[in-house]
Amino acid sequence: MTEQKTGSFSIIGSYKTKKTIEKIAQVVFTICAFFAVLAVFSITLYMIMNGTPALHKIGLTDILFGSEWAPTASDPKFGILYIILTSILGTAMAILLGVPIGVMTAVFLAEVAPKRLAAIVKPAVELLAGIPSVIYGLLGILILNPLMYKWELAVFKGSETHQFTGGANLLSAVLVLAIMILPTVINISESALRSVPDHLKAASLAMGASKIQTIFKVILPTAKSGIITAVVLGVGRAIGEAMAITLVSGSSVNFPLPFNSVRFLTTAIVAEMGYAAGEHRQVLFTIGLVLFAFIMLINIALTRILKKGACERE
Amino acid sequence: MSNSICRKRVRVSDYILTGIIYMCASVSILLLVGIVGYVFVKGIGQINWKFLTTVQSPTKGTFGIAGNIVNTLYIIVITLLIATPIGVGSAVYLNEYAKPGRIVRLIEFTTETLSGIPSIIFGLFGMVFFGTTLKLGYSILTGALTLTIMVLPLITRNTQEALKTVPESYRSGSLGIGATKWYMIRTILLPSSMPGIVTGIILAIGRIVGESAALLFTAGSSFLLPKAGEWLGKITESGGTLTIQLYLCMNNAQYGEAFGIALVLLIIVLGINILTKYLSKRFDVNSR
Repeated sequence: MTEQKTGSFSIIGSYKTKKTIEKIAQVVFTICAFFAVLAVFSITLYMIMNGTPALHKIGLTDILFGSEWAPTASDPKFGILYIILTSILGTAMAILLGVPIGVMTAVFLAEVAPKRLAAIVKPAVELLAGIPSVIYGLLGILILNPLMYKWELAVFKGSETHQFTGGANLLSAVLVLAIMILPTVINISESALRSVPDHLKAASLAMGASKIQTIFKVILPTAKSGIITAVVLGVGRAIGEAMAITLVSGSSVNFPLPFNSVRFLTTAIVAEMGYAAGEHRQVLFTIGLVLFAFIMLINIALTRILKKGACERE
Repeated sequence: MSNSICRKRVRVSDYILTGIIYMCASVSILLLVGIVGYVFVKGIGQINWKFLTTVQSPTKGTFGIAGNIVNTLYIIVITLLIATPIGVGSAVYLNEYAKPGRIVRLIEFTTETLSGIPSIIFGLFGMVFFGTTLKLGYSILTGALTLTIMVLPLITRNTQEALKTVPESYRSGSLGIGATKWYMIRTILLPSSMPGIVTGIILAIGRIVGESAALLFTAGSSFLLPKAGEWLGKITESGGTLTIQLYLCMNNAQYGEAFGIALVLLIIVLGINILTKYLSKRFDVNSR
């Protein structure tokens, strides 16, 4: 031992310490790797633990299929059906709007655009992905909402039953979401398009197909699984987005019609968690649990698609 | 005449589809230019020395974001101090130690899942786990711990990618001359994959700077600077980042100030983007 401290050399001693250090290193790395497992496990556990008490107390059907949301009334009602519907419908609309634009932009970047232009546009799209979501929200309030309000006034002129929202409605939120999923859709579909083998393209062109025909009949179908991945990731991003649409989507729970003020799963949590207490707070966690369930479904779907894509490539 | 193969056949559908492609691409590009331009124009007038270096004071009616900048830095530093070793360690395990099988699949699936969970869920989890169960309350530490889980997959994945590009010959070379595995990892693998690790860290910083939903209910919204001499004690107190302050400004309809913060955030994000581009370019040269 003293020999080691003075730095002189013993093969056996050094072998032993080395072996211990090796063991320690391996154990430490293994522990690090299990952090992700631990995190997902405890998040799942906590979401279930905090989300289910309200379901027991108020009743599963009353919460999930009740359409009245009046958490602070003297006789509180906690039906989140419209909130769930808003999230589903809003996400679907955002996808319908954002995906075609995103995929076409990806086609533009991968196939049509001159290299130099693509070299400018690509980093720009990546920047779009990095912009904090609150900034989208800010622009939504100041640009989209006034526009929507004008449109709303024109559509519902003279209507007495319509509650005017000042432009903070489902449509505004959908537009913000559609813009926010663009970078995800563009980036992933572009790399899918670029991974289409050149010989397929060449074969199609040699058969006399025009460039556009090649793109739409050969390249896009071949890149199908990548594009589906892009769509699924877009769904995940849209359904989980909170801060960008909290103020843009309005502040009351309604059936998701385009010009209604609505609450999404995410915005309901953000808007009310600050002051909620008791049952109200528990129901907000139930909303979180519903959102979590949606995300888990999307994740599982995603792994399936990726696996299938990998098989096809082999 | 019309059947001549010398004349190019005109397809109307081709023109229409080309038009659609160009239209969609220009919509995307215009959106970006519009967003960046609008924030820049509206925000530039707000930013001055006082805006960046003072703390807002409702009594004096002045506005500044110094406290929020400091809080953001606190959260970045603490999050990375915890997340980087774990993320890198996890990548090393997956790439160097683990044998393919169930366990690796489980770890990779959970890492994938973590990166798909929306930030509001992290916020809820952080609030009840770190805030309530571990009794940290609304504090910078709670926020940083929550974000640690969130950025972990980013660092793991980037390190893994970097480790994969280290040639096999480096490994067999160093093992062959008698280095132990840990010695090889420490002196050969980690230095060679440094650019990838750094890229992961920078991407994580970008994510932290832009994060708001996960912090609203964990780190709170205080905008004060830490008291002199209590720099360390600050981490157990509430602290709102730039994004949180931006959200609060939006809520109070202080749009001018909000645009000032938005511009600051945008410049940070732009800087981070350029930095990652530069690094990944250097990384490419190294691996060749």
